[in-house]
Amino acid sequence: MWGAFGLLMLVALLQALDAADRIDMGFTSWRPTLYAYATWGAGLCWGQIILKGEQGKRLVFVLPAALFTVAMVIFPLIFGLTIAFTDWNLASISGRKFNGLDNVRQMWADPFYWNALLNMVWYTLAILVEYAIAFGLALLLNSQIRARKFFRVAFLLPLMLSPVAVSWMIGKSMLEPRFGPLARLARELGWDNPSFFGSPEIARFMIMAMDAWTFIPFMMIMILAGLQAIPKELHEAAKVDGASPWKSFWEVTFPLMLPVSITAILIRIIFKLKLADIIINVTSGGPGGATDSVTSFIFREYRDRSNVGYGTLLAMVYLVLIVIAMTILMKAADRWMRPRY
Amino acid sequence: MTQIFHDSEADRSFRAKWWLGRGATYGVLILWALICLFPIYWTITTSFKMAPDVMRGNMVPWVDYTPKWLGWRSLGLSPDTIGAESTVRAEFLKRFLNSTIVALSASTLAVVLGSLAAYGLSRFSYRFGPMRNNDISFFFLSQLILPPVVLALPFLVLYKELALLDTRIGLILLYTLTVLPIVIWIMRDQFASIPTELEEAALVDGLGIWGAFLTIILPIALPGMVAAFILSLVLTWNEYFFAALLTSTNAVTLPVMVASQTGSQGINWWAMAALSFAAILPLIVIAIALERYIIKGMAAGAVK
Repeated sequence: MWGAFGLLMLVALLQALDAADRIDMGFTSWRPTLYAYATWGAGLCWGQIILKGEQGKRLVFVLPAALFTVAMVIFPLIFGLTIAFTDWNLASISGRKFNGLDNVRQMWADPFYWNALLNMVWYTLAILVEYAIAFGLALLLNSQIRARKFFRVAFLLPLMLSPVAVSWMIGKSMLEPRFGPLARLARELGWDNPSFFGSPEIARFMIMAMDAWTFIPFMMIMILAGLQAIPKELHEAAKVDGASPWKSFWEVTFPLMLPVSITAILIRIIFKLKLADIIINVTSGGPGGATDSVTSFIFREYRDRSNVGYGTLLAMVYLVLIVIAMTILMKAADRWMRPRY
Repeated sequence: MTQIFHDSEADRSFRAKWWLGRGATYGVLILWALICLFPIYWTITTSFKMAPDVMRGNMVPWVDYTPKWLGWRSLGLSPDTIGAESTVRAEFLKRFLNSTIVALSASTLAVVLGSLAAYGLSRFSYRFGPMRNNDISFFFLSQLILPPVVLALPFLVLYKELALLDTRIGLILLYTLTVLPIVIWIMRDQFASIPTELEEAALVDGLGIWGAFLTIILPIALPGMVAAFILSLVLTWNEYFFAALLTSTNAVTLPVMVASQTGSQGINWWAMAALSFAAILPLIVIAIALERYIIKGMAAGAVK
């Protein structure tokens, strides 16, 4: 029992030693600290079992995941906060300098960042349209049809494809203004000189459409699962009462689907806020930043200018905004749903 | 022969309406299926085209144009080059291997850690300081909200210090983190649907908590685990953002390779099409073979 505790202490000591080692013992990297952390984590779990017996065994179920998450999220976040207030360009030799609130001031004056944030609002609003389409498709899939399995697999496929491949397949080749098949189709329909990424509005719409293409199946499947959970009797009852299909949808199906819908939309918003891959690969933010999402903007800040300090601050501000927005949304959804139960 | 029962006027209009509804339903379904499948079809066919075929916009193989192995030859994967040495193929296979290793091990790790945590959270009550079960679950799930950009940069610097930059292990750890909340979410649902009496019976029979978990509960929860595993596999296979930032030569994954080729081979369509198709092929196969599990996994959160 005490042996395990001693082991724990020993490993902790080792870790502390390692931290000091960076100055005097000349390790090339911090990797020993990582190993020490892993050993320490294992020691902690082991110690819990021995010290607390049954209770400890229960604790060990959650502990590994918790330790892992703390190491991978909380630590980098704190570290990121310290970077956010420094002037640090990886390309320059001078290294890291603390510069207080300069980054904040720069952000305040950066029109591209605000533009990217505004774009995110547009992208997020597009979810409502996606939701309507997904709901429609789910209703169709839930009705009496043949070859249901075929349609389900076909509808699911876009979700499985990697956004990078999608951005090439659709963004670069099918939308190619000279010989892409969609450009051809557009010309057939009377658009003389189709250019899908020339004007800001159309470019933004195309990005939305591509993102919708990949993620509509996701919402569709969640809604479909919800639809299948509704007992058949309800619809029969509505029919007996003489409700038209239209009315029975709005009075029975839709209200029952509300919780599922809200979950689906919330998750979709979370995914949408991470939108970047397609933008980076198709337009890289252009024309004139019209399609930039926050993520792709910061990505270029790192990649092209290796402006670490400023980029991190932008990301941190984004995180704060997201957390605030999501909290408000969740609270609102909660309040809106409660009276109906 | 006289007909005894005649359709009345009302019936007939109803029948017409019904057919109309059917037609519209299938019309929409087929239209959407086309929207979903056409880009994939286009990619496959383009990989067998030659330059003039692309310019002319030929669509149907053997009718509009004769398929050529051009695109696949540039990857070193066509029948006549498959035996010969090919640097492109070597690189492609290396990237493919990277992607496979990273995706498989990250998903495995996430499913193991996530299932344990989910089981614990669904069965026992914990207290870490002020945090109760619900808070702990929320702590795990809230990782979903965290946008990758926020972590990207600290990790870039941290990995540099840890000498993990451009290694597979670094990517695996990070990917595990990104899919862990999803796994926990699915598995918590899965475990909650298993009655506690099963474990109680096992405990009475003299098994420990871990024994009961491993021998009784895990086999029952296996479908859920498969669903979670496949979902994480898809997500990690497709991940681009972190891979683009954190790898440069050794650990580059397929999406990064595809993305880096878009610039350099702008108009070399057949090669790009072949590469893209090779990158998405495993997922298409998974989607068709294991569609049931994927849908189950995604539906887990929707219906409580």
